[in-house]
Amino acid sequence: MKYAVFLGCTIPVRGQNYELSARKVSEKLNIELVDIPEFSCCGFPAKSVDFETSILMSARNMALAEERGLDILTLCNACTVTLVEAQEELKKNSKLRESVNEKLAKIGRNYKGKVKVKHFARFLYEDYGVENIKKKIVKPLDKLNIAVHYGCHFLRPSEVYEQFDDPEHPVSLDLLVEATGAKSLDYKGKEKCCGGGILGVKEEDALLMTKLKLDEVKKVSADCMISICPFCSIMYEGSQKKIEKSFEVEYKIPVLYYTQLLGLALGISSEELGFKLNRVKAKSLLAKVEVEAQ
Amino acid sequence: METIKVKDLDRTFKYRVMKEPGGENLTRCFACGTCTASCPVREVDEKFNPRKIIRMAILGMKKEVLDHEFVWLCSGCYLCQERCPQDVKITDLMTAFRNIAVAEGFIHPSFVAQVDFLYKLGRLYEVTDFDNKKREKLGLPLIKQMPEEIREIFKQTGVDKFVEGEQ
Repeated sequence: MKYAVFLGCTIPVRGQNYELSARKVSEKLNIELVDIPEFSCCGFPAKSVDFETSILMSARNMALAEERGLDILTLCNACTVTLVEAQEELKKNSKLRESVNEKLAKIGRNYKGKVKVKHFARFLYEDYGVENIKKKIVKPLDKLNIAVHYGCHFLRPSEVYEQFDDPEHPVSLDLLVEATGAKSLDYKGKEKCCGGGILGVKEEDALLMTKLKLDEVKKVSADCMISICPFCSIMYEGSQKKIEKSFEVEYKIPVLYYTQLLGLALGISSEELGFKLNRVKAKSLLAKVEVEAQ
Repeated sequence: METIKVKDLDRTFKYRVMKEPGGENLTRCFACGTCTASCPVREVDEKFNPRKIIRMAILGMKKEVLDHEFVWLCSGCYLCQERCPQDVKITDLMTAFRNIAVAEGFIHPSFVAQVDFLYKLGRLYEVTDFDNKKREKLGLPLIKQMPEEIREIFKQTGVDKFVEGEQ
């Protein structure tokens, strides 16, 4: 199993714990991740300004993977939806495809539409398989109660995701979490957005959206939240202190990346999984599963 | 409440929107309000009301739709689009409004900043020497910024005009 790993913009500088843990987990599961240095931003921010520019950026990235004959695994939800939507758009709109390839030709690239793009968690769920993950677990995390956050673009718009999961009542991430032995909790508003999309436009609205979910997660006394998107983590983890301060509330809810949780269950040390870089410390969680905090 | 004057409306605005990707099903909206009821932004900010924005667009209130913060307030979560019984691609429609707004000269400052970064770095966040040193320490591969091809793309689509110091 060999894939090009698409990190996007946020992970290399603000989600190194995600990157570290994804690489360690992949190693453990014999999934080879190939870095393509020429990858750029996926194109997501350009979509609001000029649709075709965004498609061009996506197509260029996908062309780079095609040149190497590799499918793409993504770690960020926004990168995933941007690349997959661009692919769908290019599939159904031949005029756009022509125009895009004309422009790509000027930088020596060509998009053929052969590459498959999947979020790493979707790949684990669909291709690697929950049952196969279970076979690799050496440290069941059965004392943990977890609130999963799918993030919008992992599931929606469902028309581009080949019905791999239900957009209203998803199970994939819950099952991936339960494969580690932990319990996945139900809570109100599980489907809702972190607010990250409008952080730069109106911060107070974005943080209020983040707060509403943290309130619900607190109500069910979760040991932690699980995220599979760096921007969702920035909202729930990176902004948690700010929200606590401005709303005079207390959460102290650790937000782990799924790959960090899975890594623990696979027997990888907390240091190797980048727990040191988590802003809300997961010390009591690690103590609960009897893993030494480093 | 202000009166909407028919003479001030641009009745062809809806056709322009419908030509954009995502705008195709605009006039199918029968104003049921499922979008607004599903919207997590609306939950925290009454200014953002997708049903109202769609109605304004169909009526032809072009200036009010484009020259207003609310087209930029959609968080892009797709809950409305997923639930719309008339298959209006509401989230994509918000993108279409933004694209038209940009073409008409109304671009939100946060997006000017983002385009600027993309043009200069090829990415949204700078990977500084400090970041690369940290990455090296963690055993992660170094990242080199290669914006050249992105710049060529921006020049071809004209997005470079939003970049400071260009044109």
